Amino acid sequence: MVTAAPTPLEDRLRELAGSVPDPELPMLTLDELGVLRGVRLLGPGRVEVELTPTYTGCPAIGTMAADIERVLHDDGVPEVTVRTVLSPPWTTDAISSEGRRKLAESGIAPPRPTRDGGPPGAAASDGPVPVELAVRCPQCGSTATSLLSRFSSTACKALRRCESCREPFDHFKEL
Amino acid sequence: MTTTSETGTPETRNSGTATPGTATPGSAAPGSATPGSGTAGDDRLTGAAAAAAIALGDDALVLSHRLGEWAGHAPVLEEDVALANIALDLLGQARTLLSLAGDEDELAYLREERDFRNIQLVEQPNGDFAHTIARQLYFSTWQELLHDRLARGDVPESAPFAPLAAKAVKEVAYHRDHAEQWTLRLGDGTAESRERMQRGLDALWRFTGELFQPVDGLGVDPSSLEADWLARIAAVLDRATLSVPEGPRRNGWTAGAGRQGLHTEPFGRMLAEMQHLHRSHPGASW
Repeated sequence: MVTAAPTPLEDRLRELAGSVPDPELPMLTLDELGVLRGVRLLGPGRVEVELTPTYTGCPAIGTMAADIERVLHDDGVPEVTVRTVLSPPWTTDAISSEGRRKLAESGIAPPRPTRDGGPPGAAASDGPVPVELAVRCPQCGSTATSLLSRFSSTACKALRRCESCREPFDHFKEL
Repeated sequence: MTTTSETGTPETRNSGTATPGTATPGSAAPGSATPGSGTAGDDRLTGAAAAAAIALGDDALVLSHRLGEWAGHAPVLEEDVALANIALDLLGQARTLLSLAGDEDELAYLREERDFRNIQLVEQPNGDFAHTIARQLYFSTWQELLHDRLARGDVPESAPFAPLAAKAVKEVAYHRDHAEQWTLRLGDGTAESRERMQRGLDALWRFTGELFQPVDGLGVDPSSLEADWLARIAAVLDRATLSVPEGPRRNGWTAGAGRQGLHTEPFGRMLAEMQHLHRSHPGASW
């Protein structure tokens, strides 16, 4: 991997690629979701983009790659290669604070911070979901919410209900 | 599309490049040994490492398909969604693993039954919901322990599997938690749910010995996970007021030849359904 500092052109292309909206959470950009790992100029007119999936089986990754290609093509880059990288694994901690704000604004409770500092796979002994912490209702702000279903509209969300305003809502679950 | 990825992108291919029926996994990994398949094969695994990727990939692929069979049939809508989500995670793992060894589509859709290296547990029919939960509990508990171990990447042989394992272990922990919660609810529920849960656990018990068979090229010996697995299963079943099944887990009457390509009768029918579309319409896309 080339470790040289990004050139101004690479910075600009990264900003462009990062501005692509997520296909399933269009209120977020790929940059805010934290899935864009890097944009590199391989040669004149040749750009490589590194993208990491949220979940291993996330079906949106193909659309993300196609959208990035389109945006960079439109900017005049003839050859765009989007590479999927798994390591280090994506975590919900990679979602920016602006991204979290937008999620909540759209009625999706943002993920809580994960138990960072733990070794990889610490979940094996600690349990994957810190259910003891309250998830705040994105509608009314109440912390009295309960889990309806551990899985919801996409792999990355769980379905909850607010006990105060009775509204169901999606929660971006911690990963 | 110029996308290349670790999870691979289906490529157009000749319909005649069916997998050799006598393929020894790894040494003749289909795809990597197919000239002109069109995909870059430079970073693909070979030999025992490829065989290990296929074994784990087949586990995930086959269980993913079984769980997908629940779509539209689960007892409640939430479980329909849950099982489909778990299937999706497993499918993503399968695609990554199979792509390490060859062309994912050729491996999934063009191999014969005898070329699959999944353990027999994952190919067992769904049965009732409790039966499926028992299968999930046994498998995801094992898978979490295995991926946790592989994610460390401290053994050179297991290094190729570390990036996926580090990612999968977080997903699998959630699958295991889902299975545990249902085991508790069904076991400590009504007399009917308790009986069905116990029946599922008992019926699948003889398939669990195979989880701990060695897998060449993996760098981790699954038998080192067995004591931990047994302790975890026993703890969950105890909380669920269920009994750890009795009976043999490895002898002449137990299962355990899936890694050698021998499968149980229902697997052929499952494969027929899974592969039918691709075989009937080679290279089709939408």
